[in-house]
Amino acid sequence: MKTVNVSLVGVGGQGIILTADMLAKAAALAGYEVKKSEIHGMSQRGGSVTSQVRFGSKVCSPIVQVGRSDTLVAFDRLEAIRNAAELAPDGKAVVANVDLVPITVSSGQQQALPDIDARLREALPNVLLVDAMKIAVEEVGNERTMNMVLAGALSKTLPIDEKYWIEAMHELLAGRKAKLIPANEKAFALGRAAV
Amino acid sequence: MNEDTANKPKKLFLSGNEAIARGVAQAGCRVASAYPGTPSTEILENIAKFRDTVNCEWAVNEKVAMETAIGASIGGARSFCAMKHVGLNVAMDPLMTFCYVGATGGMVFVSADDPGMHSSQNEQDNRNLAKFARIPILEPSDSQEAYDFAQKAFEISEQFRVPVMIRMTTRTSHSSSLVDLGDFDPKPRDLIPYKKDIRRTIPVPAFSRLQRVDAQARTKAMREAAEKSPFNRVEAGEDGRSKFGFVTSAVAYQYVKEIFPDFPILKLGWTNPLPIRMIEEFSRTVENLVVVEELDPFMEDQIKAAGIKVASHETELNIWELNADRIQNLRSELLGDVPKVVPPAPAADLPRRPPTLCAGCGHRAVFYVLHRLGAVVNGDIGCYTLGANPPLNAMDTTICMGASVNLTAGMKKAGMKGRICSVLGDSTFFHSGLTGALSAWYNGTPVTTIVLDNRITAMTGQQDNPGTGRTLCGDPAPVTEIDEVVKAMGYKRVSKVSCDDLAGLEKTLAEAMDSNEPALVVAYAPCRIAAKLTKEGLVETDPAVCKACGKCFQLGCPAITRGEQVGPNRFRMKVDPSLCSGCRQCRQVCPFGAIKKVR
Repeated sequence: MKTVNVSLVGVGGQGIILTADMLAKAAALAGYEVKKSEIHGMSQRGGSVTSQVRFGSKVCSPIVQVGRSDTLVAFDRLEAIRNAAELAPDGKAVVANVDLVPITVSSGQQQALPDIDARLREALPNVLLVDAMKIAVEEVGNERTMNMVLAGALSKTLPIDEKYWIEAMHELLAGRKAKLIPANEKAFALGRAAV
Repeated sequence: MNEDTANKPKKLFLSGNEAIARGVAQAGCRVASAYPGTPSTEILENIAKFRDTVNCEWAVNEKVAMETAIGASIGGARSFCAMKHVGLNVAMDPLMTFCYVGATGGMVFVSADDPGMHSSQNEQDNRNLAKFARIPILEPSDSQEAYDFAQKAFEISEQFRVPVMIRMTTRTSHSSSLVDLGDFDPKPRDLIPYKKDIRRTIPVPAFSRLQRVDAQARTKAMREAAEKSPFNRVEAGEDGRSKFGFVTSAVAYQYVKEIFPDFPILKLGWTNPLPIRMIEEFSRTVENLVVVEELDPFMEDQIKAAGIKVASHETELNIWELNADRIQNLRSELLGDVPKVVPPAPAADLPRRPPTLCAGCGHRAVFYVLHRLGAVVNGDIGCYTLGANPPLNAMDTTICMGASVNLTAGMKKAGMKGRICSVLGDSTFFHSGLTGALSAWYNGTPVTTIVLDNRITAMTGQQDNPGTGRTLCGDPAPVTEIDEVVKAMGYKRVSKVSCDDLAGLEKTLAEAMDSNEPALVVAYAPCRIAAKLTKEGLVETDPAVCKACGKCFQLGCPAITRGEQVGPNRFRMKVDPSLCSGCRQCRQVCPFGAIKKVR
């Protein structure tokens, strides 16, 4: 089979790495070969973060070529625009309807994009906008589950059975974090329903 | 495929660093040491999971880590150390002589290079350093190989009595893939009984001249072993084409395999000494030999020097990190059957998201004050290097770990006028600031050293050090106070000031720089992430009091944002409550008392 490529982009602290881990584990549980790559050098918060997952019958490079991502998951609209070139022409973009103000804007060094909505539609014409933060806050009652809402939406675009995602979530949230599983499962289900 | 493959033996999904750690434990290693450094840090953190079998620790620097591993090896144990590429520069002194003395118990170390400089001050291909030391290099291309090579490295070390370098890179360290651990059951190997042999372990000239001859002979023997190693193998192309054949190693192999699946590949895992005969034989089976490796033409130059013809091409591969796009560009040039990949430049008007000091970080207060004092600031390696960025603009130089202290000494010796100081973190001071501080004291050089003491090795992700009171394994440890250390050296002008006190900082730092004696200032504030103080409190601005003077914006705090616009380029301050940590810095900067504590 053709290798499936997923790029996850956003801002440090949004739970991107955990989401990528969950996808990679789910793909492995489903029997695929899988590779995941990420850059986590400067550990400060607020910087752009990218993680990539590739799965299939054989995976060589751990990183995805430009313009070859089958799904682009963005945790922020500005990051979606910044990374739009990662998406394959027939790929799907799952984007959280979230705008985190970069420090370069809040401090006045750079101007905010005046027309972010139009720029997003121009960069990613078939974008699937998910009200991930709204769902996490209003329906789950925990803003930290926004990443699981996006994971749920992402899962609908990939050939991995839902049960493997849930199994991966349970593995990742084992032990002290186990009490977070019900909220995360709810967020995941709402994310699936949102696309 | 899902159902029929689901029942296969379970493999673990591990990063390269996690896999190295398990390989080291499985090999029966008894002693492991490292100083944190991206991208190598997680290796020791993972070895600590096997603390019952591996006696592991954070060293204060890479030289200490390597010498500890050397002592363990001479003492008969399998031993290990890990470092980022620039860390090996620090550890080169012991390595260059230990390669004469030779290992008793297997001694293996990881050099984690950083092609593309994701989080480093330079780009260096440390294969050159291992060749310089005449020791074997193993280059894993994924996590499975990281696990397998780590174990084999100990055997090679004992067979040839040399330390062995495993060259990782940011990509192999931080990417994850499935690993079959086999019968994973880490147990420490028995010590090889110690026998005193000073002809080996004391390399005075009379002995080391003989060892030099041994080293020459050993290189030949190791090359023979590399020629036969299963880590070096030819993979046929999918449709047997032979117009090109590729010699490649490490993660570059993965990119070549992806882009040139139809051509033969000589995949090298053991790259020093290079198996020249194997390469020569491979070259005779292909029309054009192409060498693809990450960073320097390490293999290519040696292959050419051996008289083997290497195809030339225009695609630049010897700088920065490789990827499949760059290898596709090579294919485009060589075969013309794929398009060139030109990554589009990001739109110029997209606001950047650079890394910043966290809200409430104590470092910010020191840089704000140093900027006000107009000081020349010699910086160092840590989160605080971000103090160079606007709006703080409070750093002039950064060279390497610990250099800040000595750069100020040099500037003072040169006769530079005005306020000059050195700024480094607690962990960096322990690493190599200490020696410079002593040298300045001994020579009476009026160096002002400011230690940003946040009680953690922060930038690499919160590791313990001699100031934190905890070891790598989380056990209690004695706490070393830096002001006490320099007082013991003899320093008279030593102060400790909280980063929460901007006026006190300004007075102390100005007095220290204006004095004509060596001075050390400990600027104290715990790292808010490590101390879990990111939500210690919250402040907000009273818009009726705020005059939009803009002073608070000079702090560059991510929680301080532009609020209501009241004039051309004049904004009131608005606190982002999701980021504010409740520190006192902006309240002290505001001349009008417009910023109030909410909780």
